[in-house]
Amino acid sequence: MDTIIEVTDVSKSYGGVIANKDISMQVKKGSITGLIGPNGSGKTTMFNSIVGYHPINSGSIKFEGKEISKLQVPQIARLGLLRTFQQTRIYGDMNGVENMLVSQPHRKMSLRDAFTKNKNEDYERADHLLEFVGLYEKRFLQSGSLSFGQQKLLEFAMALMNEPTCLLLDEPTAGINPTLINGLIDRLQRANSEFGITLFIIEHNMRVIMNMADHIYCLAHGEMLAEGNPSDIQNDQRVVDAYLGAH
Amino acid sequence: MTMARPLFYAALLIFIVVAPFIFPDFRTQLATLWLMIIVALTWDMTGGQMGYNSLGNIFFYGTGMYVCAVVGIGIAHPVAEYTNASGGGIYKFTNTQYFLGAFLGILAAGIFCALCALIIGYFTFSLRGPYFAIGTLGVAIAAGELVSNWDFVGGGQGIALPVYPNDLDQGKLFFYFLFAITGVVLFVFLNWMYKTRFGAAINAIRDDEEKAEAMGIHTLRYKLTTWAISAFFVGVVGGISAYQLIHFEPLETAYQTINLGIFMVVCVLLGGKGTLWGPVIGAIMFHVFKEVTWNYFLGWQWVALGALIVVTVVYFQDGLMGWLKHTKPEWFGIRVESTSDEGAK
Ligand SMILES: Nc1ncnc2c1ncn2[C@@H]1O[C@H](COP(=O)(O)OP(=O)(O)OP(=O)(O)O)[C@@H](O)[C@H]1O
Ligand SMILES: [Mg+2]
Repeated sequence: MDTIIEVTDVSKSYGGVIANKDISMQVKKGSITGLIGPNGSGKTTMFNSIVGYHPINSGSIKFEGKEISKLQVPQIARLGLLRTFQQTRIYGDMNGVENMLVSQPHRKMSLRDAFTKNKNEDYERADHLLEFVGLYEKRFLQSGSLSFGQQKLLEFAMALMNEPTCLLLDEPTAGINPTLINGLIDRLQRANSEFGITLFIIEHNMRVIMNMADHIYCLAHGEMLAEGNPSDIQNDQRVVDAYLGAH
Repeated sequence: MTMARPLFYAALLIFIVVAPFIFPDFRTQLATLWLMIIVALTWDMTGGQMGYNSLGNIFFYGTGMYVCAVVGIGIAHPVAEYTNASGGGIYKFTNTQYFLGAFLGILAAGIFCALCALIIGYFTFSLRGPYFAIGTLGVAIAAGELVSNWDFVGGGQGIALPVYPNDLDQGKLFFYFLFAITGVVLFVFLNWMYKTRFGAAINAIRDDEEKAEAMGIHTLRYKLTTWAISAFFVGVVGGISAYQLIHFEPLETAYQTINLGIFMVVCVLLGGKGTLWGPVIGAIMFHVFKEVTWNYFLGWQWVALGALIVVTVVYFQDGLMGWLKHTKPEWFGIRVESTSDEGAK
């Protein structure tokens, strides 16, 4: 498999706090890759660096072979590298369908395309994806009035609407009702297998990530602690210690 | 029910056309009302729909006046000598020169202001919230000062444009319709634009700009485009005002930051930000209020206006439309409760 995201020796500090130190990792095209680590270990910082949210101190980040560490957030998103937020972000005043429609890919959308109305197939795709995440019944509700978990699902559907090649998910199951988690795992896997979207997932729920991921990276105190397939990681004493030691 | 809307718009259009004939004494008033509606609608494009509260839109009004005057005079006479001689009276304009000058001037005003918005926006759109408001206000104040010291355009004296060549009452009609046509075109355009993907994208920028960026929306491009369109229309009405007022001064009339510059914001707040009809209704409410206080409470008019602003900002922030949206969400197709979900897109 080809590498789709290649991070090489990336460091990022906030003032005195070194949040990421010489991190290197690869995400394979078509894979589901996990990123774990105790609270404050630098996972979200890594995602923010990848999507261009802040400048990095040193290192290189490549997406599909192209250096992206100097690009702006919208430019990177238009390349097909998308992220969802740990603190879920949707457009609260819009309803579900409107949220979906405004999330259409802007890669090929010229200014003139923008000055057109949505087509029937856009509405159909929006409905289809809302159905896919189980929000079809709620699609006309003002999305700010949805529950946190439903907003999380909506944000996921919006990301799919954008047709990314690679999707970075920051704790997709946080706040989701445990009985719905299996359904969400299933949808994530189908996004990967049916839509062919590479997934890079930050997750605290070990059951979820061990179930899904092909490969896992584990951070601790801003440094790469371990990497490997789920069973390697599960049996790695350093990982167990990091999690226990963190609490 | 489906016929109600076209009928309403047709009736409205007829009213717009006949109003200056039914109320011939109020032609200038009605023209000013259109001016208020237009500056309110354009202010709302960025302030209400996109979440960027500009206090500097008056810059486009003033600049539109000057560009229009310079072009309108320039097609007939050397501008510097004209302004040096304080304009009107000495230099004659033929009818053709008058109308051609006005037409080209108004058009040039719109285009020039749109370009200004692109340039100013490129630097100020990195500012958020109050910083953007103050930054744009600074531009308008600075421009007023610069222009009032620029002799080419008459310095602090301002410029006197030629008087309407035919009958004066006809002139009032002429300006009424210039404003009215601009206003109708703007309204129809916005009614359409807010339903396009572009309209949805600028709403997304307002609701959460970081999210919009993360979704790949061309945020800067859209912000610049919105402001440029808005500035075009403000420039155009600035140009029309220049010809309507005949004589204008840089600080009192053109770059009148504390009058029109603030009034446009108050109109939008009164009527309701981020709605199509809010600015229109707000402008009407404001204009009526202002005229009544100016006529019946002379001496207290500014106090009354100040009180109106305070009450609006403190108790009535979402304006009339916002209040209706809140109390009657179903009128706007907003649903919060999870009961039924019939109805298609
Ligand atoms: N904007 C910021 N300014 C200053 N320090 C920050 C900022 N963002 C993160 N940090 C610090 O960087 C470190 C890593 O934070 P980060 O959010 O990347 O952790 P995380 O692994 O995502 O944690 P969690 O599992 O709790 O989400 C923490 O010490 C945090 O306090
Ligand atoms: Mg985090």
